[in-house]
Amino acid sequence: MSMLTIDNLHARVAGKEILKGLSLSVSAGEVHAIMGPNGAGKSTLGNVLCGRDGYEVTAGTVTYNGIDLLALEPEARAAAGVFLAFQYPVEIPGVNNTYFLRAALNAQRKARGEQQLDSMQFLKLVREKLKVMQISDELLHRAVNEGFSGGEKKRNEIFQMAVLEPQLAILDETDSGLDIDALKQVAQGVNALRSPARAFLMITHYQRLLDYVVPDVVHVLADGRIVESGDKSLALKLEAQGYAGHAAGAAA
Amino acid sequence: MSQPAMPPLLASLLDAPLPPSGIDWLDQVRREQRAAFAAGGLPDTRMEAWKYTALRALAQRRFASGDAAAQTHAVDTAALVLPGIAGPRLVFVNGAFRADLSRLDALPTGLVLQPLSQALQGDAEPLRFALSRQAREPGDAFARINAASAGDGVVLRVAAGAKITAPVQLVFVGAAAAVDLAWHARSVIELGEGAELSLIEQHVASGEQMHLATLVSAIELREGARLHATVLQHAAIGASLIRRSQLRLQARAHATVHVLELGGALVRHDLQAELVGDGARLDTRGVFMPHGRQHVDTQLAIRHQALNTASSSIWRGVASDRARGVFRGAIVVAPGADGSDASLSNKNLLLSPGAEIDTKPELEIHADEVKAAHGATVGQLDERALFYLRSRGLPLAEARALLTAAFCRAVLDDLPNEPLRDHLATLLLAQLPDT
Ligand SMILES: Nc1ncnc2c1ncn2[C@@H]1O[C@H](COP(=O)(O)OP(=O)(O)OP(=O)(O)O)[C@@H](O)[C@H]1O
Ligand SMILES: [Mg+2]
Repeated sequence: MSMLTIDNLHARVAGKEILKGLSLSVSAGEVHAIMGPNGAGKSTLGNVLCGRDGYEVTAGTVTYNGIDLLALEPEARAAAGVFLAFQYPVEIPGVNNTYFLRAALNAQRKARGEQQLDSMQFLKLVREKLKVMQISDELLHRAVNEGFSGGEKKRNEIFQMAVLEPQLAILDETDSGLDIDALKQVAQGVNALRSPARAFLMITHYQRLLDYVVPDVVHVLADGRIVESGDKSLALKLEAQGYAGHAAGAAA
Repeated sequence: MSQPAMPPLLASLLDAPLPPSGIDWLDQVRREQRAAFAAGGLPDTRMEAWKYTALRALAQRRFASGDAAAQTHAVDTAALVLPGIAGPRLVFVNGAFRADLSRLDALPTGLVLQPLSQALQGDAEPLRFALSRQAREPGDAFARINAASAGDGVVLRVAAGAKITAPVQLVFVGAAAAVDLAWHARSVIELGEGAELSLIEQHVASGEQMHLATLVSAIELREGARLHATVLQHAAIGASLIRRSQLRLQARAHATVHVLELGGALVRHDLQAELVGDGARLDTRGVFMPHGRQHVDTQLAIRHQALNTASSSIWRGVASDRARGVFRGAIVVAPGADGSDASLSNKNLLLSPGAEIDTKPELEIHADEVKAAHGATVGQLDERALFYLRSRGLPLAEARALLTAAFCRAVLDDLPNEPLRDHLATLLLAQLPDT
């Protein structure tokens, strides 16, 4: 059964229609890659799925584990297991990274009626996850993303994902701007979480990531719609040929 | 000729009998100040210092003077206690000294701490200078009526070289009474050469009431003295509280002042400092956090008058609902105060569309080789940060609280007393609206 079903989704940002009838279905255990030209609406899709203010859904439905995802507040979506690794992670001065992550995890657990973790239990969890991500302790003691390099921010997103253990992870260009070692670590972080119960939506411009995290399906998102879907070879084809024809094809 | 009708506030404050002192010079000062108050009337919004604080509603109210029950109001002492603080304590209820709530036994050597009413029964001469100081500005109405009518308050002296590290608590309690009361208190605080003092001034509520209180504090730091002062204003939500703190810093004296403005309906604080000795240093830190329909006005005025003096001021305002915050930070570097360093930052956060904060930093430099920086902003919570936190599972209210606490952090950061700092941080969070 499908975990996420997006049907004919239309969404507007700042009065402009960006998603124009997008449909997509993802089952538990699958990794889907979404590729597409700049400005096609990929980040918009991630934001709409996570409930960001100002992203107005005008038509269509999103069903997640049988419920209407669009009816939930962002925090309720998080508690239900939806996670977005931001294309541009936000710097939050004055909010300690570790404190924030524990507050987030405990808020999710509370919403799900689970036991909250005390600081010792949380520390133990963080240590385990740190090993996978090879993030230095020092970053954890700083304010959320403040002064982090581009690559550090991306790794911090995956680290948060590892701690929060979502069911549906949307990674928005988490591979962009990473050096080759960081890319491998991010891929390792994703692969470590891959499981029959979990699904990934990976937005990327580069087929390179897909060498490390092999997708089940590759989609092309152009002009607010999925215009083509295929297996991993589609990514190779796109790498060779670009998106020429896709936007036009979508309009036809 | 007929006079325009006197506002009820003015009339009722003038109705109060002057406190008897039996000291000629003091009686005369009080009579003069009362006459000046009657003649000068109330400040209005045409005066720069009162531009954003209108007294129209207050002017229409009447306040009784003297609370017959001041000695007998039951006050929950738990409300006076602060974590990590167990030093001497002077407590006033509706302006009257309460020996039963105070803690004046076993004062450390070098510390004089007594209610003004008692101090005046002894040798009043050392208080003459502080109590004779005239309020001259056109907007000084409340300082005048305070000088005329304050029958009690604080006398605190630290002898030269004495180090009073256990914080001294000055607690002003507003207690529910049958009528709305006006009361006035006066503090005279002196730190001798090289003396050290840790001080906490608290304004707390015992039951709901709508009293009007004024407090004028004169604080003198002699050469090399060191003061840590924390003001926790948590008055009743209906109370009006008008305070003036006047600091004078001699050479190499150093004062650090933290202020938290949480309670009160109409709150005004004039924090005035003169750095009169070479190398004097003043750090002010403050948060005002009005909600509901509170109006909180802070007027900071710092004068650098000597060589190589330094001041740094960090103030944060957070207003929600239909509350109003006002901040004016005026720094003057006078001629001759060469080599001085003055910085002021006031950042403000509006949590609701109906909230308002007016801020005005002013910097006047008349000296050479001065380092000065000042800035003020008014903004809202960063929507991107809010969404980021919510996308990780934090409920909206929690996300807002976390960002607001972070916004205020710079103010409490350098408060040395850790239990107190944590307590104040908790109070700030408790003040936030739930939505
Ligand atoms: N908040 C906003 N205000 C106005 N326009 C917006 C906003 N967010 C997105 N858009 C517009 O929506 C369109 C799609 O943006 P989106 O960020 O979804 O593209 P993308 O596919 O993620 O592109 P990229 O590959 O460059 O990240 C763009 O034209 C963008 O300018
Ligand atoms: Mg994007």
